[in-house]
Order: sequence, then structure tokens, then C-alpha cells
Amino acid sequence: MSNKIPRRTWLKAAAVTAVASLVGNTRAEPQDPTKTQGASPGKLGSRSPFEQPEKKPSDISSRTPLQDLYGTITPSDLHFERSHAGVPVIDPEKYELLIHGMVERPMIFRLKDLKRFPAFSRIAFIECSGNFRTGKTTMTPQEICGLTSQSEWTGVMLSTLFREVGVSPKASWFLAEGSDAAVMTRSIPVSKGLEDGMIAYAQNGEAIRPQQGYPARLFLPGWEGNTNVKWIRRIELSDQPFMTREETSKYTETVKDGKIRQFSFDMDARSVITYPSYPQQVEKGWIEIRGIAWSGRGKIDSVEVSTDAGKNWTKAILQEPVLDKAHTYFRHLWRWDGQTTEIMSRAIDDTGYRQPTLQQLINARGTDMGGYHVNPVTAWVLQQDGTVLFKPEKWK
Amino acid sequence: MRRGFLLMMILAACNPEPSRFGFGRAATVREIDSLNISITPDGKGLPVGSGNAALGQVLYTSKCAACHGATGTEVSNNRLVAVFGDTVKAKTIGNYWPYATTVFDYIRRAMPYNSPGSLTNEEVYSLTAFLLWRNGIIDSTKEINAHNLAAVVMPAKTLYINDDRRGGDEIR
Repeated sequence: MSNKIPRRTWLKAAAVTAVASLVGNTRAEPQDPTKTQGASPGKLGSRSPFEQPEKKPSDISSRTPLQDLYGTITPSDLHFERSHAGVPVIDPEKYELLIHGMVERPMIFRLKDLKRFPAFSRIAFIECSGNFRTGKTTMTPQEICGLTSQSEWTGVMLSTLFREVGVSPKASWFLAEGSDAAVMTRSIPVSKGLEDGMIAYAQNGEAIRPQQGYPARLFLPGWEGNTNVKWIRRIELSDQPFMTREETSKYTETVKDGKIRQFSFDMDARSVITYPSYPQQVEKGWIEIRGIAWSGRGKIDSVEVSTDAGKNWTKAILQEPVLDKAHTYFRHLWRWDGQTTEIMSRAIDDTGYRQPTLQQLINARGTDMGGYHVNPVTAWVLQQDGTVLFKPEKWK
Repeated sequence: MRRGFLLMMILAACNPEPSRFGFGRAATVREIDSLNISITPDGKGLPVGSGNAALGQVLYTSKCAACHGATGTEVSNNRLVAVFGDTVKAKTIGNYWPYATTVFDYIRRAMPYNSPGSLTNEEVYSLTAFLLWRNGIIDSTKEINAHNLAAVVMPAKTLYINDDRRGGDEIR
């Protein structure tokens, strides 16, 4: 009998039972917490067993449950994952970063060397450029665009390391190489490295998680996730791009006239309403519409919300702080009359770029447009019974 | 005196970094060579060795066909073969890859999936030759090596354009 219960259901039930047993009770329902002593302080914090946000894994990636989160920081264990040959295990004592090529002094830095340099921190998002799914009404923000997450990243600026090795003024590109089983590589313009690139070794106050590149990764704020090479072991300065597989056969997109767009680094501005969204349930009356907006090109200037299928738009409140190349929380109070309607949001960044509809993207790139850098306005349908459904649009 | 103190305070506030910290150590040529496997599209970095399609076909059948299909056309996700102009949706070496050096580089880095990094350079040259031949790019008898791989013209190269998105009031 018990082996017919789905494993996840069983685990959830077991977690609730565990709480009950902590207070000396074998029943599934927790007792009045004011009548017995609670659990003792522990070595590690834990999530309430009543809260079970989970990533949604596939063979190649795992998605952040955007609809379960508040504010802008992604808990590290819920940060999205994308890897090309799994998550490697790297001993921090043996870890080394080699920087060579067009430099005066080819050098090797151990992890402890990297940590001696000035430690720079910034809060910014990382988003996979293949971050759009559609096709059915029962899709969550996690399923539609859960390949974006935000952390506070800490590490050493690439400009500091480049000065340390004496990068040649003639070097215009560098290769970033990971130590996973794909030895994954991307070519990056030196100008980006000097502008705001960093080698990050910490995430939200602790060492980077293995899934995010432990013990060190490249971090290029605002640029497509794949360029933020994880488990980085080598940087080679050059006067040309290397044309690796990930910047030719992948992470390029077909646009009009059969052309293939390459080195599409910047993530364009985007937003998504995370409340209300599928599979949440709402009631008539006041609803605070909430969501996140972000741009790889700079700050979010404003977010506009429509509650009548795009006929009228109102500026939402942007929750401070509004940071450069960062998820920005937006909120919009609205009184729902209980009639079926569509709600949606669009982000405008400080370059003046306005998040497009899917149709605008198709018009610009053609019907054969590729799946990278697709950032359309996302609409939710509120039905009279309070259910919220995604509104998928025809694409392919 | 007071001005000197102010100047010191301003300098301290700027907290300038030294031109060098002296952290880390010099990398030796041997250390660099043991890690440096990169190849540029002009062929720089290609190792000594050569191969051909006939040898590549034998290797392909035993080490690649399980995932990529017997002829490289059977599996839509991992499809490797479709000549330029073919209307298949799959992005293949023949209809999408702009540089032949990338074929060698990627196989050597990451393939075969169940044993990455296990092929010899000779084997990688042969697999590269086989795949280029199957995609209609080179002759079945052509010997591929460090001197001629970069000169192989990939038909899809002419389709590539640089990112033309610039932000601002324009959707591209």
C-alpha cells in the first residue's frame, strides 16, 4: 500500500510528521505551540516543513520557482542550473586558475590567492538566454521563464587580475574555460572583462554552490548565462574570438533572411508577474499584483501593468533598491471585480527599451526566429472562479 | 600641515589599488602547455596528426552512433548531418556550423559523452574528416591535418552576423 504513495507526497507528509514528533507528538497535526518547548538551536537553519519550494529539473537544466519567491534574492539552493556535462566535484585546495596568452606574466592563482585580492560584491541576476517556454495554459512562471535567478556575488574584479598579469593592449578577446566534463568555453571581449567582469567565489554570503560553479566562476553582469563560465580553470587572452561550439552552433539565433545572429551577449529587458500566476488562486477584491523586472543593459526605468488585456497600462511601484542589471521587484494594487480578464506587465529599461510582445519579436526576427533571447510580455488570464492561467501565444 | 592631512584623507578614501599585488605565481611553459587545448579558427593550436573519413567512419560507428544515429541523421536532437540548403529544422555541421576547427575542438573537449577526453588527436582528426565528408563539405578521400583543416570552407559561415541589438527604442 505505502509504496503506491508518490514519493514526493510521502516526503511532504514525512516532513510534517517530523515536526509533530519534534514536539513529542506522533499525530500528523502539530500541537498548540504555546504549550510545549520548541526545537533546540541547531547548526544549520532549515526551511519550515510547510514550505516546499522546489526547482524543476530536466536532463540539462533546473528552474527557479519564481511563483514561490518574494523580493529579489533567489535562495542559493533554488538558483537555476544549466550545465553541459553535469556538476563536477572540485577540491578547493587543488583549484587553480591559469591566466595566459597575450599577457606579460602568465600566472596561476589558487583559490586562496583569489581571496586575497580586494573582494567586490554586487547583487545582479543571471539568466539563461534560452529562457522562454510556451504551449499550454497550465504553465507556471517557473516553467515559462524560470532560468533566471539573482544573488549577491562576491569575488575579484577581472580588471584587477588583468592588471596583475599585464594584459597586452592588443588583446581584444579572452577565452573562459570551465573544468567540467565538457571543458566548456566561451570567447568574451576584453572590454566586458574590464568593465564589470569578475571571478566570483561567493554567493549570498557563502561559498558558491557546486551547481553555480564552485569554487569559482566567471560572472559577467547582464550577459547571457552561458558566458558566465562555471568552474573556471583557464583564461586565455587573444586578439580574436575562438569560435567555440557554444558561440557558433549554440547560443546563436536565426533571424530574418536566414541570417544567424552571433555574440548576442546582452539580456534584453523583461518582466513577469509572479503573483497572481498559475497555479495560484485569487479572490475578488483587492489584489496586489507583484513580479520581477530586469535588464542586462542597465537599470529598470519603469514597469507598466495592464489589467484589461493590454488596452490600458499603469505604472507599477518599483520596490527600492533599483539596481543595475538586477531583478527589481514591482507591485501594483488593483481591485478585481471578479470578471474574467487578462493581466500583464512590460519592463522599460534606462536605455528606453520596452519589453516587446511575442508578435513584435516575430515581426523583427521572422517566423523562423531561434529560441534564444526571447523575452515577450507574459499574460495571465484570471477566470471568474479565481483560477489563474497562462495565456500561450502561437509561435511555431 | 592641515592641507597635507586633508590630502592624505582624500587618498585614503580613494583607496587606490597597487599596480600589482604579487599574489599567485608565475605559470611555467609546461603548466600552460598541459592545459592549453584551445584552437582558433585560423588553425592555431591544432595538434600534430591527421585522419580521414574512412577511419572516422569506423570510430563513429563504435563511439558516436549510439547517441547520434547510424549515419548522423537519425536523432533530431543530436543530429550532426544535413548538407547546406537541406530544409531540415535541425542545426547541423553542414547547415549551421561556421568553422571546421570547431568540429575538432568540440570533439576533443567533450566527446564521446560517456568518456570525454578519451580520443587521441589522430582519432579526432578522423572523426572530423568523417563528419565533414558526411555533410558534403570535403571529399571522402581527403586527409585532414593541422595544416589544412582551417582552410576548409564551411557553407553556413556567410549567414553569420554580429549582434545588432542596441537597446533603446527598437526591437531587433
